[in-house]
Amino acid sequence: MEQKKKEFARVYKQQQIAPGIYDMWINTTLARQAKPGQFISVYTQDKSALLPRPISICETDVVNDRLRIVYRVAGKGTTEFSRYKTGHRVDILGALGNGFPLEKAEGKHLFLIGGGIGIPPMLAVAKAVKNAASIDVIVGYRDKELFLAEDLEKYASIHIATEDGSVGTKGTVMNVIEEKKLEADIIFACGPMPMLRAIKKYAGEKGIAAYISLEERMACGVGACLGCVVKTTKIDHHSHVNNARICTDGPVYNAEDVEI
Amino acid sequence: MNTKITIAGVTFKNPVMTASGTFGSGMEYAEFVDLNCLGAVVTKGVANVPWEGNPTPRVQETYGGMLNAIGLQNPGVDVFIRRDIPFLKQYDTRIIVNVCGQSVSDYVEVVEKLAEQPVDMLEINVSCPNVKHGGIAFGQDPKCLFDITKEIKIKAKQPIIMKLSPNVTDITEMAKAAEAAGSDAISLINTITGMKVDIHKKTFALANKTGGLSGPAIKPIAVRMVYQAANAVKIPIIGMGGIACAEDAIEFLLAGASGVAVGAMNFVNPYTTAEVIKGIEEYMCQYNIEELTEIIGAVK
Repeated sequence: MEQKKKEFARVYKQQQIAPGIYDMWINTTLARQAKPGQFISVYTQDKSALLPRPISICETDVVNDRLRIVYRVAGKGTTEFSRYKTGHRVDILGALGNGFPLEKAEGKHLFLIGGGIGIPPMLAVAKAVKNAASIDVIVGYRDKELFLAEDLEKYASIHIATEDGSVGTKGTVMNVIEEKKLEADIIFACGPMPMLRAIKKYAGEKGIAAYISLEERMACGVGACLGCVVKTTKIDHHSHVNNARICTDGPVYNAEDVEI
Repeated sequence: MNTKITIAGVTFKNPVMTASGTFGSGMEYAEFVDLNCLGAVVTKGVANVPWEGNPTPRVQETYGGMLNAIGLQNPGVDVFIRRDIPFLKQYDTRIIVNVCGQSVSDYVEVVEKLAEQPVDMLEINVSCPNVKHGGIAFGQDPKCLFDITKEIKIKAKQPIIMKLSPNVTDITEMAKAAEAAGSDAISLINTITGMKVDIHKKTFALANKTGGLSGPAIKPIAVRMVYQAANAVKIPIIGMGGIACAEDAIEFLLAGASGVAVGAMNFVNPYTTAEVIKGIEEYMCQYNIEELTEIIGAVK
């Protein structure tokens, strides 16, 4: 595995792509080692806000050493990031966690499911996955303020759900699957916990594998603080209790292995 | 220039250590910091059996600091001996094992299992605010602290450091109780009990409701308590609480600490320990300090 490192990187460009949703490209050599499903820790310049913000990697441009993150402004850290212009310093640590097991999708009918701010890592997956029998991207938004849908369309057929029904199917990603009678052998997903719970249940009933990316409050991002644990069905190799560290053992888990 | 310090007969190449619970057993940070450079690695608390810890969320950011309520999750002393000690023995640094328990017998069991292990000192955690039994309960009453210190001191083969809680009215009473019971050194401060409310969900921000506050926000309290303790007891003190840079560490040394530990700031900047060590050397150069021990407790 590549060595993690903290880097003082620079913003290549940034724009708002939907209300409160920002799209930032960063010049960093971490782009070379980043895998779909991994995340970076982004540090604020505001020293009263100490802890890094874990943000999933949306895309990389290895040729130009650039990495893309798409994030929602949720508090004072992300508000600060949203103001960064081209050339602004951005302190990052990465690449963290483990990616999606892309090789498991070979020859399989694959669902890539993203909900809200869980959509960005699915773009990295859609770009990287090779030799799947088919790929259906199923994404859920709050309303008609879509983001990354056009990027995703380049790599797979896309199905959209919106909570208010303004675009695509009204409801959730699960409603889309039901309505369009979509079928898969394997699922990769990232999004809010209710969505992940529904996917875990769905995959269990269908007897197919689902790999889900989890999120939790974390401090260090490297496995030391034990802040971001998830209950596991089996005794975890590191903790020797039923807790795994999302930052280092995850964030992607086989849904069967975690109690959510 | 000599950065060596000695605590209870144990010599450290420099005074910079890691605060328990912020550095695991060093594995996670070995990618960032050469552990050979550290005065000591102080491990995450170890109990006699594995502990699950608290539900999530376990951490929250606060202004200039953070709250944690991990609940001393740990794999238990047997795994620790098998896995973590051999890892740390690869490095030329001192090993201080933090010991936690729910009862005196729990602590004693861990201390006895570590007796024949190649560890340099034991830090006894009687100050964790996030566990229901044990922890802080032993560290808030001088009589309780005296009794548990005495019990552990009888069984311990290595010098012991009682880690004190700041959640007391008079830190000097606690320091004196630990000294009177035979503790070889004391370390302070553990985290300060705090709470954060999630105003959007209208509930506690931590699943445990309350947690321990750490980070730069608590540093002045820690420096004050180290100073008070240093004037109350003769045993050496390891000072900690919000150390982010060499200047912070030097404050602790001048206030009376023989050693210093970097805690929450490891999470913010994984290179903090190495930067503190370098900065202390630069300070010694700047003021022509030959022996670091010259400045310990220099502020009277």
